[in-house]
Amino acid sequence: MFNEVKILASHGRQYIKNLHTQSVSNLFRGRPVISKNITADEIIAVSELCPVKAIDSKSGSIDTGRCVFCKECSFMLPQKIVFTNDYRIAANSREALIISPGVENPVRLDEIKIRKEIRKLFKGALKLREVSAGGDNSCEMELAATGNVNFDFGRFGIEFVASPRHADGIVITGPVSENMAEALEITYKAIPSPKIIILAGTDAISGGIFDGSPALDRRFIEQNHIDLYVPGNPVHPLTYINGVMDLLGIK
Amino acid sequence: MSQKSYSEIKNNSFSLDLKEIPVLKYDLFCEQVSDSLKNEAKHCVAYYGVPISGILKFYCYIADDNNKIIDVFSHEQNIHKPVLKSLTTVCPQFQIFEREIHENFGVEFIGHPWLKPVRYSHDRSDKSKMIENYPFYTIESEELHEVGVGPVHAGIIEPGHFRFICNGEKVLHLEIQLGYQHRGIEKLFIEKKDSLQRCILSESIAGDTSIGHALAHSQLIESLAGIEVCETLQIERCIALEMERLAVHIGDTAALCGDVAYQLGQVVCEALRTLIINTTQLWCGNRFGKGLVRPGGSNYPLGNEIIDEILRILDNTGNRFNEIADRIYSLPSVLSRFDEIGILTKQQGLAIGIVGQSARASGISRDLRKTHPFQYYKQYSFEPVILENGDVLARGMQRNLEIRESMRIIRELTEIWCEKTQDVEKPVYDYKLKPESFAISMVEGWRGEICHLATTDKNGMINHYKVKDPSMHNWMGLALAVRNQEISDFPICNKSFNLSYCGHDL
Repeated sequence: MFNEVKILASHGRQYIKNLHTQSVSNLFRGRPVISKNITADEIIAVSELCPVKAIDSKSGSIDTGRCVFCKECSFMLPQKIVFTNDYRIAANSREALIISPGVENPVRLDEIKIRKEIRKLFKGALKLREVSAGGDNSCEMELAATGNVNFDFGRFGIEFVASPRHADGIVITGPVSENMAEALEITYKAIPSPKIIILAGTDAISGGIFDGSPALDRRFIEQNHIDLYVPGNPVHPLTYINGVMDLLGIK
Repeated sequence: MSQKSYSEIKNNSFSLDLKEIPVLKYDLFCEQVSDSLKNEAKHCVAYYGVPISGILKFYCYIADDNNKIIDVFSHEQNIHKPVLKSLTTVCPQFQIFEREIHENFGVEFIGHPWLKPVRYSHDRSDKSKMIENYPFYTIESEELHEVGVGPVHAGIIEPGHFRFICNGEKVLHLEIQLGYQHRGIEKLFIEKKDSLQRCILSESIAGDTSIGHALAHSQLIESLAGIEVCETLQIERCIALEMERLAVHIGDTAALCGDVAYQLGQVVCEALRTLIINTTQLWCGNRFGKGLVRPGGSNYPLGNEIIDEILRILDNTGNRFNEIADRIYSLPSVLSRFDEIGILTKQQGLAIGIVGQSARASGISRDLRKTHPFQYYKQYSFEPVILENGDVLARGMQRNLEIRESMRIIRELTEIWCEKTQDVEKPVYDYKLKPESFAISMVEGWRGEICHLATTDKNGMINHYKVKDPSMHNWMGLALAVRNQEISDFPICNKSFNLSYCGHDL
């Protein structure tokens, strides 16, 4: 007993008090800001450099749903492209993930597009089933971390559950492998309606580096309405947490 | 023997001319390989087929731990579904490799007891085999029942299917069926001509081992392109690798505690892991070290500021980890759950060719940092931690001791780092690879032996790329360890191995 108390004392308080404003390392690769002065030639150069074609070769916008956050474009043009440590980059429409040159506004959810029943039914408690469909286990570990002593997302009644029957929605990681497509469909069908779909990580949103691989089957993602896109490679726990809180309207 | 029947290569040193590798008749190949593997200090690193213009070329790599050499054996067959005698019958460690060759090219291995699909890869030879129809082993009996788990599991983990055959609560047999995570990675390594794309790909093989796999890939490219990196960078890479090991081992300790309901152990270790991965994030902006390791150089050379922070965190977490670990491994309620549960004996481990920390917990001295050193481990004298019992307690204890060892290594490496004056170069992406060459790159990741192999064509383009995650060997270890255990002990057995699904399925 004495041992445990001693350990608790050196453990101290670990939880993050304010999940909206917690600061992370300056080097963290979050929301990109592209200078409005970027030239057409520079845009072409970085769009050719980009390993996942996340940079539009005409407009120079960066699609954070495709971006693997390798920061190579910023290393090439440090004056023109900066990855800020702003981790609040989740959005509820695919277009909102695309960040154009000169845009420095934070990424926020479009309130009008949030389905009415989501806040009405899930604001008090949201139980989710996670399905890894070809994920590389980094997004999975970050989602698991949202429930740990540091992030303690459970304080809002939001957590992952074992059975889809107990869940209000599904969180998908990975580019959706062909071999996992059916299991994903079955899991989704087992969740009672109304239910939400969250895509966590670049792989889930666009296929990421695996986009175009014949071993994928992304029909589920294409055919269903997605309620929340959480970019990242892997998603940072704070990106996911803030995205879900914004979706539910938790201040 | 008048003529040498195999080629020798050192880990991560130089590339080999493909034509230099002697091609053996299959019978002689079997004889040589099985003779060679009678030596406990040797094991099969990889064995695979490469189809080249109508011929199926086979390459087999046997690591010789005593001489720090890898022997390369080869044989050739007609590509049209050859029928061969199975090596698995004499060397069980070939089981997974022969299964993989069978799945990819339709080669029949006569006498293989278990010639089942490995991962239902997209380019498998028999497309009529589907993942939903996996041929599970069954036993006809009135008393026995089967328990099927997965592919979607209760926790936030990757998909895989476990089929238990139980007598009451006791597991008689476990069959592990994987493949759900298959993304076609090896094909993508050939198709993606851009070097940066291949780096990103290597970091996505298994995200929990981003640094390990990225390092294996970078070393491979450096061997094929003839790039040498300075000692400063080599030290930084070793520090990164040890940080990854630390983070995962501490996380695994948390998970093991969680599974036996010792909540204090779980939450303290979770918080300690957070501190370590946040330090990696401070270094390179990513908690898993994605972007940290690149061929030829680094975008994130270490600086004094980061070194100081690493040392500060090590002091902080080191003391706190020792405090909780001493408690965990002296608590009767924890020990009674870990002790003599899920035993993998040394004999079993040797037979199936187990690697990494699971091997070391079963008394098998396999650690590439010593046996086939790479990066700065070549200059650094290192003794692996070896335990004997091979049970959950040993694998937990193994982590406990390796955590302390990694902390010590990082501290020493930072001291050596301070004496080095070379500047770390920027990464090299426009490299040119030697034509018609072959190279092997092995890294001791936290799980064990990671191996990347590639060959180039006459234009120096990669025409074959092979990835072997340690899980490839070790999943069979888990299946053996749970035999005759209570099914309720499966979770802690599974956690104690903590194998990769995506690294296996590729």
